[in-house]
Amino acid sequence: MNRPRGKRAAQCAVLSVIHVPRSALEMPTIEKQQATSEKIEMPWNVIVHNDPINLMSYVTMVFQRVFGYPRERAEKHMLEVHHNGRSILWSGVRERAELYVQQLHGYLLLATIEKVG
Amino acid sequence: MEICRQNEALEIRELDPFLAELLRQIPESAQPKDSPAAEERLFSPPARPEEKVLRAEWKLYVVPELRRLFQSATETVRQDLQQLRCTDKPFANCTLRIPIAHADAWLNTLNQARLAIAATYQFSDHELCDHYRSPLGSRRDLSLFQVNFYGFLQEFILREMEEGER
Repeated sequence: MNRPRGKRAAQCAVLSVIHVPRSALEMPTIEKQQATSEKIEMPWNVIVHNDPINLMSYVTMVFQRVFGYPRERAEKHMLEVHHNGRSILWSGVRERAELYVQQLHGYLLLATIEKVG
Repeated sequence: MEICRQNEALEIRELDPFLAELLRQIPESAQPKDSPAAEERLFSPPARPEEKVLRAEWKLYVVPELRRLFQSATETVRQDLQQLRCTDKPFANCTLRIPIAHADAWLNTLNQARLAIAATYQFSDHELCDHYRSPLGSRRDLSLFQVNFYGFLQEFILREMEEGER
């Protein structure tokens, strides 16, 4: 199923609840419930945290492999982790973020996902 | 000790009995049997404590997968280390040949071992930067040496893999 894409499409999702009438003469009432885009489309960050044991060269290699980043970008993130204690590696839909975190844990990196905002 | 690449393998030659013994201890060191701290580090949570559902699902579905992945890598390393069973001359220097195809398994297992040891002993930053400490003082000093020695091997494997990709 295609999920709503783009800013406008993601503004709201309308869920319809149809009550079946007791009598055929009664008109069905349609109630609209709104769910904010925040609940549905809010992106998640993939964050890698500093760990004094993992080698810098190893962390760079993992970023290149998992995210397909070129060496320069992978090194930039690795240095951000090293100096700032954490770096946001990727933002997007939850399922993919979870998959990235799973892969990073497979390489024994300290990685978490967090809701944006 | 000499490390070099020979075609499709990495060779560690002239391994003295002490370093050979440290290598033999890699699979054992990678298994955090009696160390909750090591277990916690190898299978760290994927989100903050308030994400209870996510953390529970992770424990149920992902942790067993990770455990299988780590055990598979450790088994590959264990098999390669069979070469170090020098039964005829136990105190002679020996050679270990690591096929390039096993490089990922070695990187993973060395990392497991380093992380598990470091979590168990809770080394300070000062200790981790002290590369000149003798391994002979105590079990803690020996473990710190293990972390650094395994890190040196990781660096070498990474460099060789990188050069192989060029």
